[in-house]
Amino acid sequence: MATDNDKNERIWTIACVDGSRYSTSVRDHAIWLSQVLNAPFKALHAIEHNPNVAVSDLTGAIGLGAQEHLLSELTELEQQRNKLEIQKGRQMLETVKVHAEQAGIEHPTLVQRHGSLIESLIDLENDARVIVVGIRGEVHEDNNQHLGAHLESLVRSVNRPFLVVNREFTPPKAAMLAYDGSSCCLKGLEMVKNSPLFDHLPVHLVNVSGDLDKAQVLVAQAKQVLEGAGRTVHTAVLQGLPHEALCQYQKENEIDLTVMGAFSHNRLRELVFGSFTIRMLLNTEKPLLLLR
Amino acid sequence: MILSQKKSDWVGNIRGDVLAGLVVALALIPEAIAFSIIAGVDPKVGLYASFCIAVVIAFVGGRPGMISAATGAMALLMVTLVKEHGLQYLLVATLLTGVIQIVAGYLKLGELMRFVSRSVVTGFVNALAILIFMAQLPELINVTWHAYAMTAAGLAIIYLFPLLNKTIPSPLVCILLLTGVSMVLGLDIHTVGDMGELPDTLPVFLWPDVPLNLETLMIVLPYSLPLAVVGLLESLMTATIVDELTDTQSDKNRECKGQGIANIGAGLLGGMAGCAMIGQSVINVKSGGRGRLSTFIAGSVLLILVVFLSDWVARIPMAALVAVMIMVSIGTFSWASIRDLKKYPLSTNLVMFTTVVVVVWTHNLALGVFAGVLLAALFFANKIGHFMYVESSLDEQDDQRIYQVHGQVFFSSSNKFTAAFDFKEALSSVRIDLSRAHFWDITAVEALDKVVLKFRREGTDVQVTGLNQASETIIDRFGKHDKPEEIEKVLGGH
Repeated sequence: MATDNDKNERIWTIACVDGSRYSTSVRDHAIWLSQVLNAPFKALHAIEHNPNVAVSDLTGAIGLGAQEHLLSELTELEQQRNKLEIQKGRQMLETVKVHAEQAGIEHPTLVQRHGSLIESLIDLENDARVIVVGIRGEVHEDNNQHLGAHLESLVRSVNRPFLVVNREFTPPKAAMLAYDGSSCCLKGLEMVKNSPLFDHLPVHLVNVSGDLDKAQVLVAQAKQVLEGAGRTVHTAVLQGLPHEALCQYQKENEIDLTVMGAFSHNRLRELVFGSFTIRMLLNTEKPLLLLR
Repeated sequence: MILSQKKSDWVGNIRGDVLAGLVVALALIPEAIAFSIIAGVDPKVGLYASFCIAVVIAFVGGRPGMISAATGAMALLMVTLVKEHGLQYLLVATLLTGVIQIVAGYLKLGELMRFVSRSVVTGFVNALAILIFMAQLPELINVTWHAYAMTAAGLAIIYLFPLLNKTIPSPLVCILLLTGVSMVLGLDIHTVGDMGELPDTLPVFLWPDVPLNLETLMIVLPYSLPLAVVGLLESLMTATIVDELTDTQSDKNRECKGQGIANIGAGLLGGMAGCAMIGQSVINVKSGGRGRLSTFIAGSVLLILVVFLSDWVARIPMAALVAVMIMVSIGTFSWASIRDLKKYPLSTNLVMFTTVVVVVWTHNLALGVFAGVLLAALFFANKIGHFMYVESSLDEQDDQRIYQVHGQVFFSSSNKFTAAFDFKEALSSVRIDLSRAHFWDITAVEALDKVVLKFRREGTDVQVTGLNQASETIIDRFGKHDKPEEIEKVLGGH
């Protein structure tokens, strides 16, 4: 993919579409981001090879030429399946392209690759600025209790900001930065300060804490940083369970976009304590911008 | 990482993996018993080994969906050790085999597989099939006609039952029916129970009961080395086959280490050394197995079946096992290699046949592969040696002959090189132009020295040009030659 971008700059807004019901929303969010950030638009469709096996012959008997026969049988079946997938993906990407052009994007790029979404994104990682994905894909589409099968591994293995979308697109009017002073959040602060995305978006700096005084100081410091960069900033310190408090605040203040650090602990710790990011993803009704 | 697991390898294909694992477990039982008999140990040694190797490799192997267990190729190598020194030494040999394989994995010896050509692989597979078949012969010689009838009936069931029903494994039907028939009719034929002890408990950890000294090491090392080599060869070849069938990649070096760990596990639980199995892996993929789960299920179900049904397993007539093993042998054989004999060049076919003949003769797959690789290398050297010729032209004015050498000069073509010069011609001078030749080794340089010397003796002045460029290829470090422009220099003249 290096040929797309000789200077290897992280410029692209990448929309990951798979034909699930979030695909339209992913497309629209990506178009919006691409315009606000002035980052060229790229739509990606990964042809994931279906792990469910088509051929299954339980006779357990192998005769002359069993191996050659099996190979040709499997090749034929997968050939048909993948041809269909490629076609389906092409059509999907073409529709995305039409919409993007109508929205005024110049030269939207379409990419189709074999392999899992994670593999494809790792290949594109070096020149991606932000990646837009749906909260769940085709597999778990009807299940609101589940996150997408790959979402966590995706965010963990591709070190780029992810915009996770979970509803129809409306242009965001207010953003929230979940801030606790950790290194991940400092990165978020930095981004809010520098990114053209927040030029016209008021930012709510929110901290959930038991220690009110400390939190006030923390938030005030951060506010100063942001206001220095000309941002409109509101601050709040909340109490209670972080994900509940934040989601509540989101609703009350009509926040459309939440910026937060994601999966900053290792998997082992998560296994024991559970992940704040996952709870947020499950509870929130608004898009999340995840930073690693 | 030897223990890193991808979630999708375990739960990506649960239904397919569980069903395939069950089918494979059923087919593994007769194989494990048959191979124990080949090695000359109790069936329980092979059964414990198959359980342990399959379960361990499910976690540490580099090729999900491949089946490893006690195998015929390995069993054949242990016969003498068991006969002369007994089971305990076999267990030590198994442990040592595992250690050697782990070392091979860390040394990345799996990459040596690139020297094994396609025809050697085909020869290996065919030889393996023939060995499995030959191992069944003792059960078919000097037996009553009942045994023949039972074997024939078994084969008929295995191949014809799938026409009726595709959801019940036909080898299982064969075993059940033949066992029933022999019990009802009270036939006097060999059963599994006659072959030795079956497992009646779960395997227990035990350290082999041998003195740990140099003497023991010298006894087992000559067996462990070929065991390690054959185990890795068969495993890596099988991995390639599974890669091809499933259109996915495997980690060959991890597989080497995994095989080592699995063998150490087998040795500590009283099992014999094993490796990947081509036939079973094909059965697994065919039945829909793709993930690590299929291998795990195959191993664990095998143990459960055998431990809890050992009384019944003992009554299975050997004829039923022979039928299953003949099926495995037929299924392993590469039929395409016979079909394509006419299409391929003679040298390719010779390499394949040599591999087969050496294996069948020595019962050692490592020797067969070695012979095959050697022969293939010789054929290759011979072929490349043809790419050398010498042009000559006479410059009458100066009474000088100019020899222009083209192509590859090395051990195989150096005689041809020397013979191209006419030493009887009376000339005042000779010019040898090497700028379009490549000298690959010291043999080539010596041949040139000889030619120069000979001309001088005849009273001819010799001038050699372009030698520096021509001999650049002698340098053993090819790091310099990995850039496209360097390769172009070597292959396209200077």
